[in-house]
Amino acid sequence: MTSPYVAVLIMVALGLAFAVVAVGLSAVIGPKTYNRAKLEAYECGIQPTPRAASGGRFPVKYYLPAMLFIIFDIESVFLYPFAVAFNQMGLFALIEMVLFIATVFVAYAYVWRRGGLEWD
Amino acid sequence: MTAAVPSLFSAVSVDYRALAPVLIVFVGAMVGVLVGAFVPRARRHVIQLVLALVTLVAALLTLVLATVGHSAKTVGGSVVVDGPAMYLEGLLLVIAILAVLTFGERWGGYEADAFTPMGAATPGSPQEAAATRAGFTTSEVFPLALLATAGMMLFTSANDLITLFISLEVLSLPLYILTGLARRRRLLSQEASLKYFLLGAFSSAFLLFGSALLYGYAGTVDYKGIAAAIVAGGSAYEPLLLPGILLVLVGLLFKIGAAPFQMWTPDVYQGAPTPVTGFMAAGTKAAAFGAILRFGYVGIEAARWDWRWPVIVIAALTMVVGAVLSVTQTDMKRLLAYSSIAHAGFLLVGVLGFSKAGISGVLFYLTAYALSTVAAFAIVGMVRENGAEASHLSQWAGLGKKHPVVAGTFALLLLAFAGIPLTSGFTAKFAAFAPAVTSGGRAGIALVVLAVLCSAVTAFVYIRVIVLMYFTEVAPSEVEALMPSALTTVVVTFGAAATVILGVYPGPVLDLAANAAQFLR
Amino acid sequence: MHTVVTSLVAQGGSVAEASGVTSLAWLLVALPLLGAAVLLLGGRRADRFGPLLAVGLSWASFLVGLVIIVAMLGRSGAARAEHLTLWSWIPAGGFQLPAGMLVDQLSMAFVMLVTFVGSLIHVYSLGYMSHDPDKRRFFAYLNFFVAAMLLLVLADSYALLFVGWEGVGLASYLLIGFWNRNPAFATAANKAFVVNRIGDLGLTLGIALIFATFGRVDFASVAAGAPHASQGTLTAIGLLLLIGACGKSAQFPLQSWLGDAMAGPTPVSALIHAATMVTAGVYLVVRSHPIFDAAPNARLGVVVVGAITLLFGAVVGCAKDDIKKALAASTMSQIGYMMLAAGLGPIGYAFAIFHLVNHGFYKAGMFLGAGSVMHGMDDQVNMRRFGNLSGAMKVTWVTFGVGWLAILGVPPFSGFWSKDKIIEAAFIGDGWRPWVFGLAALIGAGITAFYMSRLFFMTFHGTKRWTDDVHPHESPLTMTVPMVVLAVGSAFLGLILGPTGGFTHWLEPVVGGGTEGDPVIAVPILMVLTLLLVAAGVAYAWLLYWRDSVPEVAPQGSLVTQAARQDLYQDAINEGLFMRPGIHLTRSLVFADSKGVDGAFGGLAALVGGLSARARRLQNGYVRSYALTMLLGVVAILGAVWVIS
Repeated sequence: MTSPYVAVLIMVALGLAFAVVAVGLSAVIGPKTYNRAKLEAYECGIQPTPRAASGGRFPVKYYLPAMLFIIFDIESVFLYPFAVAFNQMGLFALIEMVLFIATVFVAYAYVWRRGGLEWD
Repeated sequence: MTAAVPSLFSAVSVDYRALAPVLIVFVGAMVGVLVGAFVPRARRHVIQLVLALVTLVAALLTLVLATVGHSAKTVGGSVVVDGPAMYLEGLLLVIAILAVLTFGERWGGYEADAFTPMGAATPGSPQEAAATRAGFTTSEVFPLALLATAGMMLFTSANDLITLFISLEVLSLPLYILTGLARRRRLLSQEASLKYFLLGAFSSAFLLFGSALLYGYAGTVDYKGIAAAIVAGGSAYEPLLLPGILLVLVGLLFKIGAAPFQMWTPDVYQGAPTPVTGFMAAGTKAAAFGAILRFGYVGIEAARWDWRWPVIVIAALTMVVGAVLSVTQTDMKRLLAYSSIAHAGFLLVGVLGFSKAGISGVLFYLTAYALSTVAAFAIVGMVRENGAEASHLSQWAGLGKKHPVVAGTFALLLLAFAGIPLTSGFTAKFAAFAPAVTSGGRAGIALVVLAVLCSAVTAFVYIRVIVLMYFTEVAPSEVEALMPSALTTVVVTFGAAATVILGVYPGPVLDLAANAAQFLR
Repeated sequence: MHTVVTSLVAQGGSVAEASGVTSLAWLLVALPLLGAAVLLLGGRRADRFGPLLAVGLSWASFLVGLVIIVAMLGRSGAARAEHLTLWSWIPAGGFQLPAGMLVDQLSMAFVMLVTFVGSLIHVYSLGYMSHDPDKRRFFAYLNFFVAAMLLLVLADSYALLFVGWEGVGLASYLLIGFWNRNPAFATAANKAFVVNRIGDLGLTLGIALIFATFGRVDFASVAAGAPHASQGTLTAIGLLLLIGACGKSAQFPLQSWLGDAMAGPTPVSALIHAATMVTAGVYLVVRSHPIFDAAPNARLGVVVVGAITLLFGAVVGCAKDDIKKALAASTMSQIGYMMLAAGLGPIGYAFAIFHLVNHGFYKAGMFLGAGSVMHGMDDQVNMRRFGNLSGAMKVTWVTFGVGWLAILGVPPFSGFWSKDKIIEAAFIGDGWRPWVFGLAALIGAGITAFYMSRLFFMTFHGTKRWTDDVHPHESPLTMTVPMVVLAVGSAFLGLILGPTGGFTHWLEPVVGGGTEGDPVIAVPILMVLTLLLVAAGVAYAWLLYWRDSVPEVAPQGSLVTQAARQDLYQDAINEGLFMRPGIHLTRSLVFADSKGVDGAFGGLAALVGGLSARARRLQNGYVRSYALTMLLGVVAILGAVWVIS
């Protein structure tokens, strides 16, 4: 009984294994030296913003890039099945996908022009 | 089950002629977003207003000239453009045109419009004050209204559960945002927006869960397939059917504010900017009843003896809750909210007629109610005290003396809500209740009697408001009705004229509704 | 399983479609409506010509009615009734509800009464309201009232009747509250409003039940369907319609508003609260005779209401010192007679309407007389301050005297011809009923004689009791001429229509008729008995209020008198039951803080109000409890379905 889900299960197992192995290996064989810069949230020199005075809430502007990311994330997710089925659907699918991307870009243009991508 | 994944995909045919009105509105909304992105701030308001109106009128013309008479089942059967859909699309476009006109009202420059200058600014913050001083406008309300309109139009045509859900969200999300954009009493407005969003999401979850159960039962989300599965019977998952139907109905009934899912209505109606309340009250109701009719009459009609009883109970409860609670309301917008709940109950009585006459009765009722409601909220937006909307009932006392025309028009609309003969409300009730009496059986008759009782209670409420406006002598106050520009004047005049015409000579519109009352299965 | 008997109902009936002048019947309503519109919309520009235009249009409406009725007289009895289809009002698929007018003998009798008396009162108002700065509005409302009342009586269906019904109600509030500078007057308008809502609720439900039963609401279909409907349904419909009639006609237990409605200008009291609108309830019962014919229990309800009210009003009338309130109590009592007659069935319908028409003339005349007295006495209404006005106001005295003789039922004045017939009819029947209802009607006649004589003597005879700064004088011609015309009508109308049986024959094709059986007391004995009782009443009043001097401050009086002064405490009871919640609601709307109404107490409205306030607590503003309510709702629905299936 070779259900199509077996492949999925194997995929999940491989993914899990990769994560565990990668994290585990770095814990085992990585060098362990700590200094002040090493313990910063971003190890690249950017100063972390202090926590909000009102008690641990993130300013709403953090959510803006997060939401924008999700939009484009979904766009890319949607592109996968399109790519798979492109052969069968032909030109129609291409036009539809162009329209879809154009629609997303309208929103992108709005966000860009209205300053949604500026941090301050 | 074999892995035949690729063969599931194939290009569907799209009947652009049938879909043209919806597509035009969508395109208009997209252009509106671009206008918001690239046009300088000072010119946005006018351009957006004109663009929205042009889009809606173009869609309406397209509908009337090209789409009518061209019933079609398209996009792989998930969208059906048939009589009821076209009728409701037309109605929704008219509602949207009227609503956009009220959105655009700027009181001849004396007063600002109903929307906050900067939705992202914290209420009472320096940024908000600066935006107000600079005269900013939230011109995004127009594309948002277009998006909501397009969602509503699609909602009435949705012929499978996925399309139903998508269009529900397309119509809801812009409304959540619009609700939070009131210029005054912003905290109330934002609270209303959040409540609407949370409860809306909650109800969407029910709808999705119900869809899943129905899919489990029928193996398809298509209405036709579900109907076929019910007729065929003998499914191994029989117990999933009724819960699935009821959960989907819960999601839909939430939108019309049926009890016990009505709690959001008064808070949201009160908090939302008044033009938005009018748009929401009229548009959402029309769209959601379109969806309920299609789901009930096309998808699950064969199982109606099972799901009829819960809906009968909900209809009765809705009428009673709407009527009884309207008695103690002291805020005009909340009063109209409870009135809309009661009207939702009356409309459900029409839905339970289960006949062609029932469909046309509901269609007509929606028309009459929508046109009166938009005009009523337009008037509510006109009555001000020191610039702020005077929505407390006590502020309306003696309005008839100072502004006889405004108060008189409002009284006419209230009489229509009360269902007094020779107004559209009476015709509508007659058209919606008659099928319930003749083809609804004993339950139908009982519901109609209850409906009349509830109408009498609400009539007391409305007529009390009229008494308040005309017969109550109060100390002089600052309350006055603003002089509206042509925009609001058109809306109020149209609404009042429709109220009278549909009351005195409703024949043509009734014919229209009767001819449209045939679902394409 | 359906109670719908639609299939048995044929549309239309036997009434012919209007031809000739009858097709102009719409003008009857349209003309005064036009007047109202011009006066209201014309603004200040219409101030000068407005009142005269209103008077002219009212008379024009009368002339149209006259032409129609003359044409009607030219046809034979069965062919007199005609139906005028105005337009196809609600053509909803299989449900046709055309708007039309039923121009038959019954409606034309009302048309003549309403337009003639109405027009006279328009003329009278020219004099009475000549100094009022807002008389344009007053005449607009009067015209509107006439239009609505005509629509009420000419409607061919309950739906259209309801339009007129609400219209006259609206006109009534507008006119009671016309002087609403005075809070008491505005309160009276509110009171009329609240009580009438209850009546209207009955009528609405009645119409809904008619619709649910017959599938139609036009009179012809109801008449055709009534014999096939079940007894219980018909009784329910009849009782609901009776509630509606009680509200509009100030019948027990919804009578409390009429006395306070006297706050309006006197011509209004004469037209609306004496001659026409308050008789709409009687019209409703008579017009619904197919239902009442087939529902004896509903008829019994009508008779009981009529009998109670006629005695009630008469007793209250004995104790009132306010001339208008005494007349209002008398109106209540007289309408009680009409209801009693209408409830007796086919033997009574025609007499009910006959009495209604006669009453319209003499009561309107007396109200106008009272207005004339007030006009000459600086708007005083306390009869203890009148006395011996016969010399100062000769015309008023004579015309009022004619009205007084008419209401007493002294032959040959008009009241005699209708009231005696009602008393006779009340004595017809078997068992206890003729004795109870007959005696009630008979005793009522005696009390009526007493209180009307009391009113007449206290005002026009006995000793002069007015203060020196008042200078009674006769009113101008615009006021006295209508009074004279109405007095002539009160004197001779009954004589013309009564003994010949002309009026009953006229109505017979519509309401049926014929006397079944004889009274339990022989007719001549009954007549003599009635006259003796009337004479006794007059004599007793003469002793107390003409021969003896009347104290200027009312004596404390017996317990009965005190109770009667307080409207037999019905007012207080009704106040607790209907009125206080209403006032509370309206007042709290105006004065309540933003927290709103905390609740309303007692009675019917409070039930709804209390329920509402309680349910409102669920609406606490917390989204979590809203969501919980939704969830509970879903669980309840699914649970119920799971349990049932």
